[in-house]
Order: sequence, then C-alpha cells, then structure tokens
Amino acid sequence: MGVRPSPYGHTMTNRTFVLACLTPLFIFSLAFLALPLVRLFLESGSGEAGWAIYLDILRRPRYLNTLVLTVLVSLATTFAALAISTTAGMFLSRNRFRGRGTLLSVLTLPLAFPGVVIGFLIILLGGRQGLVNQLTPGHVVFAYSVIGLFLGYLYFSIPRVLLTVMAAAEKLDPALEEAARTMGASPYRVVVDVIVPGLMPALIASGAIAFATAMGAFGTAFTLATNIDVIPMVIYTEFTLSANIAMASALSIVLGIVTWALLLIARSLSGSTVAAGG
Amino acid sequence: MFKSKTKLLQLIVTLSACAFLLIPTIMSVMAGLTANYFKGISSGLTLKWVFQVWELYADSIFLSLWLAIACLIVTLIVGLPAAYGLARHPGWLSRLLEEFISLPLAVPGLAIALALLQLYGSMKGFRASWAFILVGHVLYTLPFMVRSILAVLAAIDLKTLEEGAASLGASPWQRFRDIVVPNAMPGILAGALTVVTLSIGEFNITWMLHTPYLKTLPVGLADSYASMRLEVASAYTLVFFILIVPLLMAMQWASARAQRKTK
Repeated sequence: MGVRPSPYGHTMTNRTFVLACLTPLFIFSLAFLALPLVRLFLESGSGEAGWAIYLDILRRPRYLNTLVLTVLVSLATTFAALAISTTAGMFLSRNRFRGRGTLLSVLTLPLAFPGVVIGFLIILLGGRQGLVNQLTPGHVVFAYSVIGLFLGYLYFSIPRVLLTVMAAAEKLDPALEEAARTMGASPYRVVVDVIVPGLMPALIASGAIAFATAMGAFGTAFTLATNIDVIPMVIYTEFTLSANIAMASALSIVLGIVTWALLLIARSLSGSTVAAGG
Repeated sequence: MFKSKTKLLQLIVTLSACAFLLIPTIMSVMAGLTANYFKGISSGLTLKWVFQVWELYADSIFLSLWLAIACLIVTLIVGLPAAYGLARHPGWLSRLLEEFISLPLAVPGLAIALALLQLYGSMKGFRASWAFILVGHVLYTLPFMVRSILAVLAAIDLKTLEEGAASLGASPWQRFRDIVVPNAMPGILAGALTVVTLSIGEFNITWMLHTPYLKTLPVGLADSYASMRLEVASAYTLVFFILIVPLLMAMQWASARAQRKTK
C-alpha cells in the first residue's frame, strides 16, 4: 500500500504514525523485560560453577529431588484437574437447568484469587484449626504436607481447565454422541470414542496450562510449602536466605523456559491463554 | 437408565468440585465475622476483626488501589497505541513483539521479579519507590490489555475504514482518535477491567519487589496469614473478596461482550 500524497499537507505518514504507536511498547519491554532477562541469564553463569550450574541442577540431589517432586505434584494436579473439570465441563455444557449459571460462577470465580489466598483457604480446610481436623476424631492436619500443596494447586487449576474444556465442548457436535448412542455404543464407549478424541486438543492445551501453572506457583507454595522443596520455594530461599544468586537465576531460567514452552503448545492447540498465576 | 446414572455421576463430580472451591471461601468469610473462631459461630458475630484489619492494613489497601489505577493508566498509554500498531502492521515482526511482551504470562512472576531486582536493585531511589512495583504490575498486565484490544481490532476491517477516512482528509491522529478508539472500546473496557483485577491480586512479583514501607494488599495478606490470628487473617481475606469479586464478575462480563464483537 503506497502512502497517499495528502493534499492537506499532513506531515506524518501512515508508516511513521504506526511506528510511533509501537515505540512506547518497544522501549518499555526493552528496558524492563529484555534487558532484565539478559541480566538474569548472565547472572546464572556467574557463580563458582560457571555455566555448569545447569548440570548441577541435575547432579546435586537437593535440586534434582526438588525438580522431581515439583514435576510429580504438578502431574498429579494436571490429571486430577483434567478428570474433574472435563466431567463438570461436559455436564455443564450439555445440560440446561436452574442453578447452572451459579455452578458455573462458583467454578470460575477462583480464577483471579492470588496463590496466597488459595493457600490460606487450604489451611482453613486442613490446618490445625481447619474444618477436617474439627470434624474428624484424632489429629488430621494435611495443609502443610504434599497433599495440602496438591489441593492448593488443584484449587486454581480446576477453573482454568474448565474454561478451556467448555469452550471446546461448545464446538463439539452433540449429534455425534447421539448417533453413537443410537447405534448401541455404551456411555463408556461414547466417552472414549467420541468425546475424548473431539476434546483432545483442548485436553492437551488445558493440561499444559495446569501443569505449567502448578510448576511455577509461588504464592500457594509460599503459604503451604514451608517444609516442602518445590522449585519456586527453592528459588526463593536460594535468593533470599542463601544469597546463591547464580542458582536462583539458573533455576528461574529453567523454570521459565519449561512453563513458556508448555504454554506455547497450549496456545497453538486451543488459541487461548490463561495467565499462569498461582 | 444407564444414561441417567452417568448423568448422576457427572452431577456428583460437579457438585463436589463446587463444594471444594466454595466451602473454604465461606469458612473464610465466616471466620472473619466470628468473635472467636475456635469456639465457633455461637461466640457471636462481630465486625471487630474487620475494623482491626482497617486499622492495621488500610495503607496496603490504598496502595493497591493506587497501583491498580496507575497500572491502568500506563497500560492504556503504552498498550492502546501498540495494539493499533500491531493490528495495522501485521507480520512476523509484530508477531514476535506480541509474543515477547506476553512472556510474563508464561514465565513465573518470581523469575521476572528476580530479573528486575538484579538489573535495577542497585538503583536505590527507584528500588525503594512504588514505581518499581508498578513496573512489575505493568509487565504482568500489559499483554492482557494489548491482546484484548488487538482481538477487537483484528475483527473489524480497519484498513478500509481508515482509507475511507483518509480519502476524506483525516490525519493519522484523527483516524486513531475518531475511528480506532471508538471501535476498540469493548476491547479497551475488557482489558481495563482485567488489568485492574489482576493488579489488585498480584502477589508473585510484588512479594519480591516490595519494601517494608510499601506493602500491597496481597503482600499484607501473606503477612497476616503468617503472623495474625485466624480471625484477622480471615477478615482481611473478606475485605479482599469484597474488592475483587465484583471486579472479577465485571471483567468476565466485559470479556464475553468483547468476544461477541470479534465474531
């Protein structure tokens, strides 16, 4: 598209105007995103171990165990959230009844709860003064264990997965399920042969979102994981208590790349992103 | 028969999930209004804890509101023209820029905060000011603003509209003001509500960037969870809910409305 010579004597051409529009964004993201990230990366190689620090993450048991535990809790969260949210999501998108809107609101409102608040809610369920400890005989406190952490992660994953699954379920043709049923397919076969394949991109996408969010969750871990080493907590303690800036930076870089790659996959499959808060 | 059994199972799962999300929320509200949580509701209802929260943490609530407004202003000034630029100039470079500014959505806030601290931590004046926290909030919310506006702009035929206006002699600035901004309004509204909601609730970046004199609402929450009695912590959470839930509902309404415009 050529720039039309304006008879009114405009000094600014389209192209200059569009570039001027992008300038504030460019400057801001250069100063506060690009340069800090470069610095973070350089810092990660500035410790005693040099760039071998990235091998240390895999070689030193403290970091390797942390990595394994974080992946395991995140995986458990992902599968539990997928199972619960897909069931609830399919139910809510296939049925219209009174109170449906309320249920949907309840299931999506926690989306903007900060991780610390979710941690506190888990303490109210499983802490020393928690609901479960009050209702059951004996001493049942699980808030500060891996179970508490898992429940906290599950709490913020359910809404995220639900929204992605429901968006996909709306596009799924109910006639296909009906056809399968009239041809004599059992409900189990309908789920396995019709619904799951139809939802597969959404399931992978929302699974990746749930996994990435759980991997990077700091607020929830900060409240609950006082005695559990998950990656964000180790980054935090390395930085603030041990002053091991290089390791904190290296772990941040690794964590950042993993969560970014997962969310890239999620977006290419479902076209939506949900912020990785927690 | 089998079909209804499946339905029943689905209903049970749905209701259990609702209960899991709702029960602790209700408990937190009740605990914030109960005279003595350990004795239970029979000890009577009171607003004592809410008032105590106000005395202890009013500053943090005002700081959060101020940051949210400042964050909204900055994301509008930076994000609105940028979304227009990206919409008018599609191509791999724009894709790359959009992808890059979206990094803070994917990379944990902790990592972003560490990066900021290492580069700017030694600038004492900046480090100790609220502007440092604001930078973190803008980093995190800017992609929502840009994408929300971009989605609306991408759905309308901006080029034809603008060419029409240009042929009538409208300057780029006039076209931006009279065509782009009014058309982008649903996206701007949805983006604005998202920015404010997320800024008020932001913890992961803020916890690393805050100073003892600059505590935001969520930082104060973490503080109260660690050091205050359960009733005070709950009352503070209640104050947070009162602030965030209406915003969240408005945000969901505005986002759904903006999405309808893009179809």
